[in-house]
Formats: sequence, structure tokens, C-alpha cells
Amino acid sequence: MAKVHVTTTINGEPMEFLCEPDDTMLDALRGPLALTGSKEGCASGDCGACSITLDDRLICSCLMLAVEAQDHEIKTIEGMAQGDKLHPLQQKFLEMAALQCGICTSGMLVASDALLRKNPEPSEEEVRFWLAGNLCRCTGYDKIVRAVMETAAEMRAQ
Amino acid sequence: MNLVTNNKWIGQRTIRPDGMDKVTGRAQFAADTTMPGMIWGKVLRSPHPHARIRSIDTSKAEKLPGVKAVVTSRDIVDFPIEKGAVMLGIQDMRWMCRNVMARDKALFPGHPIAAVAATTEAIAAEACKLIEVDYEVLPWSIEIDDAIKPDAPILHEFNKFDGKPSNIVGRLEHKKGDISEGFKKADIVIEHTFTTRPVHQGYIEPHACLISVAPDGKTTIWSSSQGQFMVRAMTAYLTGIPQSDIRAIPAEIGGGFGGKTIVYLEPLATLLAKKSGRPVKMVMTREEVMRATGPTSGSKSTVKIGATKDGKIVAAHGTFYLQAGAFPGSPIRGAAGCSFTPYDIPNLLSEGFDVCSNRSKVAAYRAPGAPIGAYAVECVMDEVAEALKMDPLDFRLKNAAKEGTKAAHGPVFPRIGYIETVEAAKSSPHYAAPLGDGHGKLRGRGVASGFWFNAGGESSAQVNITEDGNVVVTTGHPDIGGSRAGIANICAELLGIDYRRVSVIIGDTQTVGFSNLTGGSRVLFASSMVVTQSTEKIIQTLRERAAKIWEIDPEAVKWENGAAHPVSPNAGQFEPLTLEQLAEKAPAMGGPIGAGVQLNTQGADGGFGTHVCDVEVDVDLGIARVIRYTAVQDVGRAIHPGYVEGQLQGGVAQGIGWALNEEYIYTREGKVDNPGFLDYRMPVCSDLPMIDCIMVEIPNPKHPQGVKGVGEVPLVPVTAAVANAIYNALGKRFYALPMSPPKVLEVLEAPTQQAAE
Repeated sequence: MAKVHVTTTINGEPMEFLCEPDDTMLDALRGPLALTGSKEGCASGDCGACSITLDDRLICSCLMLAVEAQDHEIKTIEGMAQGDKLHPLQQKFLEMAALQCGICTSGMLVASDALLRKNPEPSEEEVRFWLAGNLCRCTGYDKIVRAVMETAAEMRAQ
Repeated sequence: MNLVTNNKWIGQRTIRPDGMDKVTGRAQFAADTTMPGMIWGKVLRSPHPHARIRSIDTSKAEKLPGVKAVVTSRDIVDFPIEKGAVMLGIQDMRWMCRNVMARDKALFPGHPIAAVAATTEAIAAEACKLIEVDYEVLPWSIEIDDAIKPDAPILHEFNKFDGKPSNIVGRLEHKKGDISEGFKKADIVIEHTFTTRPVHQGYIEPHACLISVAPDGKTTIWSSSQGQFMVRAMTAYLTGIPQSDIRAIPAEIGGGFGGKTIVYLEPLATLLAKKSGRPVKMVMTREEVMRATGPTSGSKSTVKIGATKDGKIVAAHGTFYLQAGAFPGSPIRGAAGCSFTPYDIPNLLSEGFDVCSNRSKVAAYRAPGAPIGAYAVECVMDEVAEALKMDPLDFRLKNAAKEGTKAAHGPVFPRIGYIETVEAAKSSPHYAAPLGDGHGKLRGRGVASGFWFNAGGESSAQVNITEDGNVVVTTGHPDIGGSRAGIANICAELLGIDYRRVSVIIGDTQTVGFSNLTGGSRVLFASSMVVTQSTEKIIQTLRERAAKIWEIDPEAVKWENGAAHPVSPNAGQFEPLTLEQLAEKAPAMGGPIGAGVQLNTQGADGGFGTHVCDVEVDVDLGIARVIRYTAVQDVGRAIHPGYVEGQLQGGVAQGIGWALNEEYIYTREGKVDNPGFLDYRMPVCSDLPMIDCIMVEIPNPKHPQGVKGVGEVPLVPVTAAVANAIYNALGKRFYALPMSPPKVLEVLEAPTQQAAE
């Protein structure tokens, strides 16, 4: 079967790629686009390690077909820092030891960013339920939740 | 010259050296690497729990366009059973060669039968379907009770127990005193039998590797594991390629928890790469991870404890049957050896039995075996304390092991911090706080303690001073939870420089000396020893060089705050020579500055923890939730408190999953019925509360910084702490894990308490 040509925007840049019709967006990101920051932990939408945004909506890229990116806007972990300036969430995760092995970290950060854009003042419960789609097996989530809440507080103060 | 005056980094919450790569998506995990010309490998797996393999015909698969190589067990080096054990650490290569690829029999659904490499993953998967396997399907057993019945189907006919073919493949006992005499002195004796289900380590990163084999046999492996040297050695054994020709490069590891201390894919990908002449990448699906790797043992334990009226334990007996899966190797040593160790018990018998059954081969899981044993022992401890009308922490204090106590598994304890953990739990804000109103839900509080051996063993490090006067440390242990951050703190403090000037790298097998597995809570303990000794050698060199420049005795030079200074004005009046200045002068003063140390480290004494757990149970839905949790642990010295707390919190979360939800569920055909994260329900963020940590620091006298292993202890007490809390909430005991909603409802609806057993 011939590959499909897709034109899209990724992290603000116009992009084109070729994919199989049944490739997922995660396959395209990790394959032809060489954006391996999004991880595959389950390929069934349960772990959230592949979290990206599609037109600013948080999704699991393993549950999206790559061809659906046509004319849409995708954002991934690779687009989170601006040049050498980290996003406040990235900085806070480092400072508060909110990562251990790091495999879930990309997805956690993308999901947390999506939360704070929607809700700049989340309660602990709101953070916990928003991040319930992102599995972390190392941290017990404690430091992640604290880092997200503290980032939110600092961003509000600015 | 800017001399920094505060270069005390041990105990500081510094930024981890690998952090930037991990928050920006740059970090290279096993599946993130590619190579020109790379092709894909896939595994054909047995659909049967137990079957003799009469024949395998790969001819159709080989003819499929795009297929470049096919391998079966014929390609794997055989370690004949009758020739005896060939051990690599705790792994016997006789079982490893049969686990990576079934030989005469398939022993569990998911057991590899053949592997294919093809130009795309889809073609490799298609080719697997074209392989024809003639199976003679055999009767099977998965559960321990079934596997030890007299007429049970035998997995390994060579194995005898009590003179007869048996699935009991190992027994171990620890004994102290005489239990029959001991129990005679008891005023109260409580005995119960407990079961736990197999649970998976649950790392989020599936196993993956990329392997290139050049025509001369030179092999490069990129893979995620808990030991690049283990990967090299096992691959060498199973493929016949000498270790000197295999360069195993450790990728960042996306979680392991013990599950990545053995190989699955690497020997297969190596053979496929060798046959095809192309680099081969293999990545497991989550389903393959759940069916064919890990988990830890399911178990059946019977624990009997006898105590006098005044609360002294006089005797205890534990019998722990652990399910090994397809090949011997259950962590009976952890179950039988750790579970009574917090206590000074004069008469003790602790026995472990290793039972094979038709399930994937057991792999290590965080304090292997110890949580299984502790679950049974700590629940019985709770019942004895209740029967004696004693506070459960006071009961533990009264029987606590301390300096001089002889543990049943051998050692006489040096200064240990167990009592301090119990006292800290007792005086914690958590233990003093009222349970609060559950608004219709029932609340309860439970406590439990736990012990893990910890480990020392082989480690190597090389510390080099760069030409511009900074530092590169290379160690040989995959960093699974922040060990590089701890190493940077230690090296920077010894050198008296900013920690950001120390770059910490994990070397590959051909660039750093042998270093044993990342496991046994040994990494920071062992690697900081070799890094400390290397850094001390460098400091000695730096002092000698400054002495030479100043033309004074090296003994008259001290190293402080990143520079050489005269010890006193008597030694002479000299401007300090900084690390940068000495690095710059190195070529003229004797050459590059660096030192390496390799040791078989000793002195990793065990670790203790005591946990307090509050639960809330919805009696209509059967849902138990942990609403407050405090983990107390003797951590020796918290080199990086953030990552020490992280170990405690992560271990607790895994234990809560084990207690409340996680379990392998099997179909009637003997296949895992929940091989994905939707149905194998690990704790998600909204399931858990914050997890409070109390770090008791009783420095290890046998370690330069006082380090004790911390990674595994925090999983040991958790299931019992949760079970004891649920008992406190409901007044009904659970003797089986997990305490998931259907099981909670079953117990709540049972007419009598006995029904819960």
C-alpha cells in the first residue's frame, strides 16, 4: 500500500511526513519525524507516556492516526522549552525531584501544561484527576503533584 | 579568583545530572535509538501453558519477501541440564537459555518459540504467523496448590523432591533455637495462612534493544537494563560471542524494579543481527511484557507466632511457598530470610519452598520475596498485639532487633536503626492524629515493619579531571532513580567544588570496569565507595603537584574548597592553587589527572522501615482507599534527600497497588487475561494521597558517607500496613491479596469472620 503524505504543524513549525494509513501519530512522531520524546508504554491509551496536544487538546498520540494530523497543530515535549529557556514546569520538576526514571516525564509535563492552560489554579484533587491518565511507577506521584501545584502558584504570582 | 566557601553538597537537593535531558524529551531510552540499515525483530510465542514442541518449520516464513533471518532454540547455546549449574549471579544459564527460547517444551503462554527479523515490523509479525509449530499439548498447572499436588503435571522431569519427580525445585530454611520448646512457653499462639497473587514490576518502558553485529563478530548492544555487564555476559553465554567482542551500551532505563536484571530480547536480536548482517531492533509490546517477563511470585504462606502475656515473642514459624513460574528461582531467600528479621525471636524456623508452574519465569521485584513474607508475618504480629491488648508499635518495640541481635539468616547486627523507625512512627504527627470522620465510609489505621538485606558487591569508577579543571565521573551502574545526582553531590563535596562542575556518566561495558547489577539497593552504597576512593586518589595527586610547585612536602599541603593550600603559615606563604590551575599545569607536572577504583564492596548492612497507613472503606462498593500514609525508614545518610524520599514514596505506591488491586488473572486456558494497564490496575495519581516520609539517619559505620541502601525496604511493609488498616476499619481480616472491591464485598457479605479465611 502506498504511503500517505501528511502536511501539518508540529511545535509551531510546518512539517511534512509520509506514513502508512494505519500508523498512529506516535509511530509518525517516533519514526519519520524523529521526535522520540513521546514514549510508547502501552499503545492502548492507558499510560499517557505519549501525551501530546492536538490543536491544544491533550490526547494520547497512540490513539490518533497519523493521517489525522493533516492541517492540524501538534505540540510535543520537544516544543515545551523555548530555546534554552525551560518551561516553568520543566524547571520545577527538576528542582523538586519530580522524576525518577524519566520515561513518564514527557507525558506528565505535556499533560500538566495542558492542565495549567485550562485551569491556572487547580486544587490537589483536580491535579490528581487530570493526571490520572499518566502512569508513573517510580515516584508515587507525590512530588509530581507538588511540582505542578507549586508551578501554578508561581505562574499566577507573575 | 573566586573561591566558593560553601561547597557542602551531601544532603542537598541538587539538580540531577540527567534531569535536563529527561524534562526536554532528549533522553535516549532503549527504543529511541536507530541505525542506518536497521531492521525489526519479532518473537513467535507459545499459545499454550505447557506443550512439547515436536517440530518447528520456518521455511514459509523465511521465504516471505522482506524477511532477513529466523532463529529458533537451535541457534541458542545450550546449557544441558545434566551438566550442572552455570551461574551468572543468581541466574542459572541452564534456565536462561530455555527461558529466552523454548527448547523441547513450551512452559507458559508467551514462551518464545522462534524469532524473525524483517525489513518492517509488520512483515516480521506476518512471518511469525507463517512459522508452523507442531505442539503436543500437555496438562498444566499455574497455582501453587495445583503444582504441588501429587498428580500435578511436572514441568521439569529431572527434578526430584523427597525422591519423586516434583515441581518443588528448591527449599531453604533459617533456624534459631527450638520452636517446639519455644511455643510451649507461649501464652498466646496465633497462626494463619495467607496468599498473594503474582504482580508485575510494572515499569512503563517495555523491554527494547538495538543490536549490530559486524561480520567479524564485533557486537554493539543498545538496551535498557539494570546492568550492561549482565547484558554482555548473558548475551555472550547464549550466543557464544566472547565478552570482549560485545559492547553493551546502557540506554536510559524507564523503570526496572528488578524486572530488568535478566535478558529476554538481547540474545535473540544478536543472533538475528548476526544472521542477517543488519542491525536489528526489537521492542516488546505491553502485552508481551505482561505475558513473558517478570512478574514476582504468587505465594502461600503460613505464619505462627507465639508470645507471652507480657508481650515477648518466644517462638515463630513461617512456611513460604513461592511460585517460580517456568524455571526455578523464586525469591524464597527474601521471604524466609527477611520477614522475621525486625524482631529478636529466640526460637525461629523460617522455611521457603520454590515451586515451578506454567507461568512466565519469576523476575526480581523490589526486595524480592520480602514483601510476601512481611505481609503474612506483619498481619499475624498485628493479631498478636491485639490479643495482648498492646499497641502494635509497642509490641514491635518490645521485640525489636537491635545491635547484637543475631538474625536467623546469620548476621549479628551492628548498630541498626530499627527501633528508631518504630519510635519515629510512634511520635509522628500521623500516629497522633485522629482518624477523622469518614462520612459513612469506615476508617482504620494499620502499621507494619519491614527489613531488606541490601547488597554490596562489585563496582568500578573512573574519575577524571578535564583539561579545564572540571570533573567527569564514570560509573558502571544504570541510574534508575537518581544515583547520578547522589554521586555528583559526593564527588563535589570531596573536591570542594560546585556540584555542577561534576558530570556523571554511566559507562558502557568496554569503557568502565565491571560493575554488578543495579539491584539489591546497592548502587549508591557501592558506587559512592569507588567514587570516593577515586576522588581521594585525585586529591592526593593534586596535593603532590601543588607541593612540587611550591617546593614543599606534600604533607604540608591540604585540599580545601577546590584548591590546594599550605596546611599552615609554617609550611610557607603561597596563594592557593585551584583545581583549574592545577589542571592547566597538568601536562608539565606529570600528566593527566585521573583515578579509577574497582572494588568488591562490603558492609551493606540491612535496612529497616516502619509504616503507618490510614484507609477509608466504602462498604457499599467494597472500595478501600489509602487516605494517609507515613513511611519511616533508617536511610543511613540521605545524600540527596529528594531522591531518597522518592524511593520511599515510589515503593509505597507499588505496595498499595499490590495490596488493593494488582494481580494476574488467568483464563481457563491458563493465559493471562489482563495483560494491559487497563485491566492490570496499577495505582494512578487520583488513587493515592501524598506520601509522607520520615528519614531516620543512622549512618552506616562501614561506609565513607554512612550510606545504606534505601530503594527496596519501602515496598516491604506496605501490604501488611494496608491490610492491618482495613482490619482496623472493618473488624474483618483478609488473608489474601489483593483486597480489591469484589473481594472486600465478599468478606463483608460473608456471614461469619471465619468465612474470610
